[in-house]
Amino acid sequence: MSLELNDTLQTLVDGLTENFSDKLIEVYQSSGDTFVRVEADSILEISKYLKKKQHFVFLCDVFGNDRYTSDERFEVVYNLMNLRTQTRVFIKVRVEEENPTLESVSSVWKAAGWNEREVYDMFGVRFENHPDLRRIFMPEDFEYFPMRKEFPLLGIPGSIELPNTTPDTE
Amino acid sequence: MGIESALGEGYLTTRLDKLINWGRANAAWPMPMGLACCAIEMMAFAGPKYDVSRFGSEVFRFSPRQSDVMIVAGWTTYKMSHAIRRIWDQMPDPKWCIAMGACASTGGMHRCYGVVQGVDNFLPVDAYVSGCPPRPDAVIHALMKIQDKIKTEHSVLLDT
Repeated sequence: MSLELNDTLQTLVDGLTENFSDKLIEVYQSSGDTFVRVEADSILEISKYLKKKQHFVFLCDVFGNDRYTSDERFEVVYNLMNLRTQTRVFIKVRVEEENPTLESVSSVWKAAGWNEREVYDMFGVRFENHPDLRRIFMPEDFEYFPMRKEFPLLGIPGSIELPNTTPDTE
Repeated sequence: MGIESALGEGYLTTRLDKLINWGRANAAWPMPMGLACCAIEMMAFAGPKYDVSRFGSEVFRFSPRQSDVMIVAGWTTYKMSHAIRRIWDQMPDPKWCIAMGACASTGGMHRCYGVVQGVDNFLPVDAYVSGCPPRPDAVIHALMKIQDKIKTEHSVLLDT
């Protein structure tokens, strides 16, 4: 499939090919958006490069994805925006099910802090060098990762405590 | 005999139980527990068009210690349920509870791990209101049902 890239995206793809040729896995387009998949261990370097040299200064969102495959089960997607040309690109990395760990990009974009906490909360992907990696939505003593495919829709009964319904005086 | 002659002399006779229940039923101050879009309908319920002050419940108290009826309006997460129960425990007896809307009654469309499937899992609910969100008239109907309930309860007399 031929890619329809505007100038910003063409510069991006050329820049990545030139500087990170061994880290770049694929570039594809779908529904009018451009996706770039890179090696998981290079995400911090590539993030710094994209922000400093390509002006992708705005991190709109970070989200996880459970592909439910035996290898490289989890995917983390970074939604980036170039505010000079209003161009959006999605950067994807994949991690293994066993001990999923990524380098945090919160040192590059501060906005990544809470988004990475959400990915950790929902999928259990750990982010190294994150300033405050705690659960963000679920109770802190919750033992599961609810957005993983094997987690039942209605949750695990009794895994989250309900309040005591007997008043203290009785 | 008869009420007219009694009133004519400046007094009437009744049972203390009835008098207290009459007072309670017509001054059921709500504790608004607005958690989602139902809270907007709850505001309309208190506003001038539906005018719940006709039933003596216009005084929305933001302190649990001054309120009688808790209106749980919206979906309740497990995390929020602890706060709701704590506020409920701070309300003085006697107290009543309205589960307003599908989410508060059954979990509604939020059929998932984070939402309590009905506030009756941790609160004694007196009236359930269907709808998503219910119209303010439906909430008034629930309030009237609670008034009927209050009027049949024992207040001073112990039920022994």
